[in-house]
Amino acid sequence: MTSLAYYLLVAALLFSIGLAGALVRRNAILVLIGIELMLNAANLNLIAFWRYGPHPERLTGMIFAIFSIAVAAAEAAVGLGLVIQIHRHAKTTDLDAMNRMKG
Amino acid sequence: MLDTEMVSGSLTHCGPSCDYLVLIAAVPMVAAGVIAFLKQPRRKTAAALSIGSLSFSLLLSLIAFTRVLVDWIHGVATHSVFNFTWFQAGTAHVDLGWVLDPLSAVMLVMVSFVGLLIFIYSTGYMKDDENYTRFFCFLSLFAGAMLGVVIANSILLLFMCWELVGLTSYLLIGFWFQKPAAAAAAKKAFLTTRIGDVFFLLGMVWLFSQTGTLLFYNHGAGSMEVAALAGLLAQPAAWGLTAAGAIGLLIFAGAAGKSGQFPLHVWLPDAMEGPTPVSALIHAATMVAAGVYLIARVYPLMAAGMPTGGTTTALTVVTWVGAFTAVFAALIAVAQNDIKRILAYSTVSQLGYMMAGLGMGGVAVGMFHLITHAFFKALLFLGAGSVIHGCHGEQDIRKMGGLKSDMPLTFLTYSIGMLALCGFPLVFSGFWSKDGILEAAQHWSVAKAPFYMLVFGALLTAFYMTRQVAYVFFGVWRGGKPAHESPKVMTAPLGILAFFAMALGLIGTPAWPWFRSFLDGRAAAFDWHGFMEPGLGTLMLASSVIVIFGWWLSWKIYGDRSPQPMEPDPLEKAAPMAWGWLRDRLYVDELYSATVIAFYGWWARVTDWLDRRVWGGAVAGVAGSFALWARLNRFLDANVVDGGFDNGCAGLAGGGGLLARVQSGRVQSYLRIMALGVVALVVILIWSSRP
Repeated sequence: MTSLAYYLLVAALLFSIGLAGALVRRNAILVLIGIELMLNAANLNLIAFWRYGPHPERLTGMIFAIFSIAVAAAEAAVGLGLVIQIHRHAKTTDLDAMNRMKG
Repeated sequence: MLDTEMVSGSLTHCGPSCDYLVLIAAVPMVAAGVIAFLKQPRRKTAAALSIGSLSFSLLLSLIAFTRVLVDWIHGVATHSVFNFTWFQAGTAHVDLGWVLDPLSAVMLVMVSFVGLLIFIYSTGYMKDDENYTRFFCFLSLFAGAMLGVVIANSILLLFMCWELVGLTSYLLIGFWFQKPAAAAAAKKAFLTTRIGDVFFLLGMVWLFSQTGTLLFYNHGAGSMEVAALAGLLAQPAAWGLTAAGAIGLLIFAGAAGKSGQFPLHVWLPDAMEGPTPVSALIHAATMVAAGVYLIARVYPLMAAGMPTGGTTTALTVVTWVGAFTAVFAALIAVAQNDIKRILAYSTVSQLGYMMAGLGMGGVAVGMFHLITHAFFKALLFLGAGSVIHGCHGEQDIRKMGGLKSDMPLTFLTYSIGMLALCGFPLVFSGFWSKDGILEAAQHWSVAKAPFYMLVFGALLTAFYMTRQVAYVFFGVWRGGKPAHESPKVMTAPLGILAFFAMALGLIGTPAWPWFRSFLDGRAAAFDWHGFMEPGLGTLMLASSVIVIFGWWLSWKIYGDRSPQPMEPDPLEKAAPMAWGWLRDRLYVDELYSATVIAFYGWWARVTDWLDRRVWGGAVAGVAGSFALWARLNRFLDANVVDGGFDNGCAGLAGGGGLLARVQSGRVQSYLRIMALGVVALVVILIWSSRP
């Protein structure tokens, strides 16, 4: 059986890729994708810790992950909705152009 | 009101039958009010209103007098009162009322009759004055107030009218207020009489607090009736006086102020700055007699506790003051050169006689002289006014002379007045009234000195009046423009007054002492034996001799000469020093200037200094400290509070700007910071969990 460390390593790699994507890309949709990656890295962690935790039979980690995925789905829907509205309005998906809420 | 029983001194409540008394005083007052609203050119209306209202008062007075007379003939001493409560405070009633008795009836007729004559005379005398309407307004107000004094049955009502009389006197003395002397004289009269009035007020308050009533007569409950007087006698005051005596003396001080008794006489000669009809009406005939009338009105109080044949402290004081004033003023009158001033001092002197008469002989003696004096003194003043009018405003007797041919009517009437004042025997009223006083003085139990003082005063009176008449009417004319006789409207009142100056004596001769019986409510019988009383004949003879001697002496000195205007008086040449004293009015005014007035001047300067330095300094100090405090506050406001607020605002704005820069709107920079934060947290976590 693979050790917990590998799972965590994969999750950390995935999170780093997501974070890098979210930080460096200008395109709003790609930033969203990066965020999804980070979320999924977190989900992976949840599952991993559940499986290697003291009570694997209780399904707590699974339920947690499902909630997290549902929230991520809703968040992605809202995020994509916003992006589409902004694109309709400003004809761009460049995040640096969307700075009208600056102080 | 004709009770058939013979009652002496009983009191009846007159009800509607003497309600009308108040009209006697009220109608002239209302007329004065109406005249006050007339325009200056409505001269005829003003004079008509004044004279009409006073004629109405005279008519009512005569009706009242007739009623008293009828009652008297029926053997009833009228004593009707009409009282009512003005207002009530707690349990204390403030009552007003009026009284009809022989005293007030006689006085009412005198005041309204003499007043009416003087009103008529004034229409002539004041013909050229532009403030004619104002003059009649004041005259009417005066007449109303004086009649109010006469009818008052409440000491408060009397006092109110008394003060009104003082006010009108002030207004009329200062009628020609453009003249500084007149304005000063008005002020002097007002202030001097005020000194007496303060005492009067004290006496009134004391009387009220002791007896609980303001009324003189109120069916046994008044302050002049037996019960109240007994209470006052039982109440001791200071210096061995009873409350009755002390109150009597206080009231006498008020009367002395109004009636020009020494030492409050100084205002009366100065009051001659007013128009001559005013001098005649107010400062000779009526107002100055108000003090004498007041003493007669409160005589029961003054005489309370008098033993038979004896006297009381209050009456003794009245007598001495009166007798002293009589001689004192007569002496000064000898050396005066102003025609009105001589008469003024003669008035002071005669008022002294009245007071002495009241003090020694009782109400009837004093009042008889008051009534006769009112007529002949009004006559003399109006005559003097006629002379002044005829001499174009000249008042110095040295610049007149020989007027008996220029002004025959004035000369005739003036001589009658002068003889009445001197007390020339038998046909002149002054002889009988003055003899009454001398007779009372002769029998006075305390001392004989007042008798000799009054006899000496009579000699002086004859002397100075003869001197005046010699200067004015005999010799040659020493003035400028020739004199002329006055118009009929002025000489007619003179004639009427001259008639009464002679005829009035008949009601008070020893043979038929009608006046005394009338006032006392006794029947008068005609009896030649009145002359046969022991000592009376001698007295009459002596007083005649004295008067004739004074007359002869004065005529000897002044009669057959025509001195130059500025030639010194023969007496001045004989005794320059004594003459100087008398001419300078025995320095009473100077004494006051040096004492009372100097003290007030000093006190005024002290208070002025205190005001400026002490109180003013304190006020300025407080104001300065507040100004300083305000300056400090302004500084704090401008620099600390405002500065703090401004700096705070600037700081907030700067901070806002700084923070606003953080919110750049770039989502990825937020994300970056968040990531850095996470990294930092992780580092801290790892760092801190290190063993």
